[in-house]
Amino acid sequence: MIRLEKRPSPSRFWAAATPVLAVIATMIAGGILFAALGKNPFEAIRTIFWDPLFHESFAAYSRPQLLVKAGPLILIAIGLSMGFRAGIWNIGAEGQYIMGAIFGAGAGLAFYPSESFLIFPLMVVAGAVGGWAWAMIPAVLKTKFGTNEILVSLMLVYVAENILASVSSGLLQNPDGMGFPGSRNFGQWPAAANTEIFVNSGMHWGVVTAFIVVIFAYVMLTRHILGFQIRLTGESPRAARFAGVNPTRLILICLGLSGALAGMAGLFEVSGPAGQISIDFGSGYGFTAIIVAFLGRLNPIGILLAGLLMALTYIGGELAQLMLGLPSAAIQLFQGMLLFFLLAMDVLSNYRIRIGKTEVA
Amino acid sequence: MDLSSINPVFLIASLMVAATPILLAALGEMVVEKAGVLNLGVEGMMITGAVCGFIVAVESGSPTLGFICAALGGALLSLLFGVLTQFLLSNQVATGLGLTLFGLGLSALMGQGYIGIKAPEVFRLDIPVISDIPVLGPILFSHDLMVYLSLALVAGVWAGLKYTRAGMILRAVGENHDAAHALGYKVVRIRLMAIAFGGACAGLGGAYLSLIRVPQWTEGMTAGAGWIALALVVFASWKAGRVLLGAYLFGGITVLQLNLQAAGVAIPVEYLSMSPYLITIIVLVIISADKSRAALNAPASLGRSFHASN
Amino acid sequence: MKITTILTGAALALGLAGAAAAQDKLKVGFVYVGPVGDGGWTYEHDQGRLAVEEALGDKVETIYQESVPEGADSERVMTQMALSGAKLIFTTSFGYMDPTINVAAKFPDVKFEHATGYKRADNVSTYSARFYEGRAVQGHIAGKMTKTNKIGYIASFPIPEVIRGINSAYIHAKKVNPDVEFSIVWAYTWFDPAKEADAAKALIEQGADVILQHTDSTAPQAAAEQAGGVVTFGQASDMAEYAPFPRVSSIIDNWAPYYVARTQAVLDGTWESVDTWDGIPTGMVEIGEITDAVPADVKAEALAMIEAMRTGDYHPFTGPLKKQDGSDWLADGEVADDGTLAGMSFYVEGLTGDIPN
Repeated sequence: MIRLEKRPSPSRFWAAATPVLAVIATMIAGGILFAALGKNPFEAIRTIFWDPLFHESFAAYSRPQLLVKAGPLILIAIGLSMGFRAGIWNIGAEGQYIMGAIFGAGAGLAFYPSESFLIFPLMVVAGAVGGWAWAMIPAVLKTKFGTNEILVSLMLVYVAENILASVSSGLLQNPDGMGFPGSRNFGQWPAAANTEIFVNSGMHWGVVTAFIVVIFAYVMLTRHILGFQIRLTGESPRAARFAGVNPTRLILICLGLSGALAGMAGLFEVSGPAGQISIDFGSGYGFTAIIVAFLGRLNPIGILLAGLLMALTYIGGELAQLMLGLPSAAIQLFQGMLLFFLLAMDVLSNYRIRIGKTEVA
Repeated sequence: MDLSSINPVFLIASLMVAATPILLAALGEMVVEKAGVLNLGVEGMMITGAVCGFIVAVESGSPTLGFICAALGGALLSLLFGVLTQFLLSNQVATGLGLTLFGLGLSALMGQGYIGIKAPEVFRLDIPVISDIPVLGPILFSHDLMVYLSLALVAGVWAGLKYTRAGMILRAVGENHDAAHALGYKVVRIRLMAIAFGGACAGLGGAYLSLIRVPQWTEGMTAGAGWIALALVVFASWKAGRVLLGAYLFGGITVLQLNLQAAGVAIPVEYLSMSPYLITIIVLVIISADKSRAALNAPASLGRSFHASN
Repeated sequence: MKITTILTGAALALGLAGAAAAQDKLKVGFVYVGPVGDGGWTYEHDQGRLAVEEALGDKVETIYQESVPEGADSERVMTQMALSGAKLIFTTSFGYMDPTINVAAKFPDVKFEHATGYKRADNVSTYSARFYEGRAVQGHIAGKMTKTNKIGYIASFPIPEVIRGINSAYIHAKKVNPDVEFSIVWAYTWFDPAKEADAAKALIEQGADVILQHTDSTAPQAAAEQAGGVVTFGQASDMAEYAPFPRVSSIIDNWAPYYVARTQAVLDGTWESVDTWDGIPTGMVEIGEITDAVPADVKAEALAMIEAMRTGDYHPFTGPLKKQDGSDWLADGEVADDGTLAGMSFYVEGLTGDIPN
């Protein structure tokens, strides 16, 4: 009889070891999958995990791209992790990401074609406000009526997607775009463009912000009273209440913070890598970030690494398609496996496995 | 504009067909959620069911066998979620999202050789006299069997949850798994069964798309239906009858908006498309604001992992 | 330790061998917006890729990437293709326009071909198909075959490409059947089988007995087949599985001749940046077999029209034509210029309803 016994506190050793084990397990299972598809498994695994970092002709380009891809994931996931730790489940980051992009882009485009240096900062603020406002809907409904925030925030994703479709062929449509849906391209408007800070580094403002937020989150969780309150609420809501934590305030802060960060991520993306508001702008970063938050064990440093790992599988997966002709479906399946292994092995850090008969209580 | 060209009878009949996939998937998910489990992987299970059903139906020539295998395929995939969340206690939100990713990839790989093929014809009720009865004929007596099966399932799930012992236990597990465990119920086993049932229903819903409604296999053909099913469960506040109502409303809005367009009415499509979600939020607020009723509906243990500490 | 070394060694060896073999071939890349299994738009582009492989054999190697989102991801995919040694890259969706231009600026010796866009550079060509020629044929057959005089049109997005198709079909339906009416449904999707099926049903229930579609799935065909007595046309691919009825003909995107020719041009060193807008004459727009469900005289007229377009004797947008608001557009015998067609954002006279937004 195998059974699990809860550890008094999560094992540090296993918390560090399980991601490595999970990646190895995924490589084996993925290798079998690729072999079944008639591809050389070693070559496929190498292309996914090694080539983006070290391939002679790709690495110089794809290493910075890892940051571009990981930046929004990390930024959103950090925000989400605060709430998740306190048991506040914002799963509508995708909606907040979209609304942030719309607000930010809209605020900028209102001043087109001004070349003022204030345009970009204004857009960042507007993006954060957009995401924050969208997250405040579930927050206020939860605090006023006790409405389940998981479901409200999820519903608001669909609403945001419809608003996106509406504005990209309406309010924000590029007047010089020959009637095609989509806004002006920010890449061609220097005052509003989220450009790389160092050329070919991948470090645009969003990536920089993501790194800063990681550090802030780390400091806050370990040193600041708010971090203490968040952790306490997550571990024992009752104890938190006795300790004077105001749950309403905490809900507003956690949802607001995650919304603002997701909104900023949306703005950085629309004004940088994506370039414009278009119907397909919402590419699922908000959902993937939930996965990243859990892979990172809701820990800022963990999220940083998880975001980079996730980005690696995306870019490596693209290279595998390119170089080996693997179908994109196989890559999707591979990412699903990686996630499952990571989640499954997480059990080792929170529980001890005991083999033997259950003692009679 | 010519509103008279919209025939309400046909509108209702086609709305019933449009609603069937999400109705099936939402019913399954409702049972899962009633057991206290939140499985966000409905989309992944639906599309896996769609491809399994299509492959088997094409290979065997039997749509019935296709539907059975679609249910099995959906259930099998859902058990992956079941093992992860119930035995290995992984987070349900993240695992469900992973399941969608996994299912979309898996289905695309499985279906590679089945693009551009026609599905075998499905038996359709067409009784000469009865199906021709005005109004009632097209609405009640001219559908494929799956429409009737889905309606029967609504009644079955409603009665099963409300009146049977198994239904009572399921609800108890969803309300308070610790108490249910203390009473000697096998929480994990019951939840696994609920999850598998949910997977099977989602699979059927997917197969309804690939075998009847569309009918063909193409990658990503569920196009978000699984997510609508999730919204539907909430909209219905975990009641089978309201799932039916909601499915017809959600399915109906699309059908209605297309019909209005066809009749030449200029409508803001995006705002109409988002209205079901806004209505769902309002419903959520209403049921949660009324504490006494909320407690009867939303399963209290929804989304929480269960680990027997002794 | 040992195993790792062996594995790494093996992997490296394989990788190097792969790189060496690919040296002297021309590498051609394709970026797809959907999965190659969509049975429509992307599927036909991939058929074009396979045709390149078949026609040029050992001289080329093709690579592709499917389901590439428009925006940042596409820019990265194109860059990686260029880095991997591709010398010619086809980007097959309108939304890849700005990314294509950006990447092309970074790789001046790589040739790019962008489908359906309007921005060009020294190493960026654009190409598109005059699908409206096919729509003219469909309109003619539809106008002749409708008994209810009501033709349903499932449109995707209100962009010039789609509006052009509606106008072309309407003009030619009206010409042979003055009583014909179009009802247009905007689905706001290129591909959502369930929604397309609903749209087709809605149109059929409101009396349409011919369905034209500008969306990519076969769902409308199935809906028509089920309803019985409703005529449809294949879109993007032939959809021959629904022939001879309800599918009586189709517009096929045939990219193969263009892809082969452009690849050959790179091999020969004669590639230049051009704007190609081809139709029936070069075979880029192909009309799928007109089945026997179409009366013989109608079929003959349709074939004659195709032939006239092939030889350049006939242009689907030939005056006298008025805009929807009654203002003059083309004088008698005047032919629409490509600029107007490319940015078309108005209905012709007789169509009812407004273009959304």
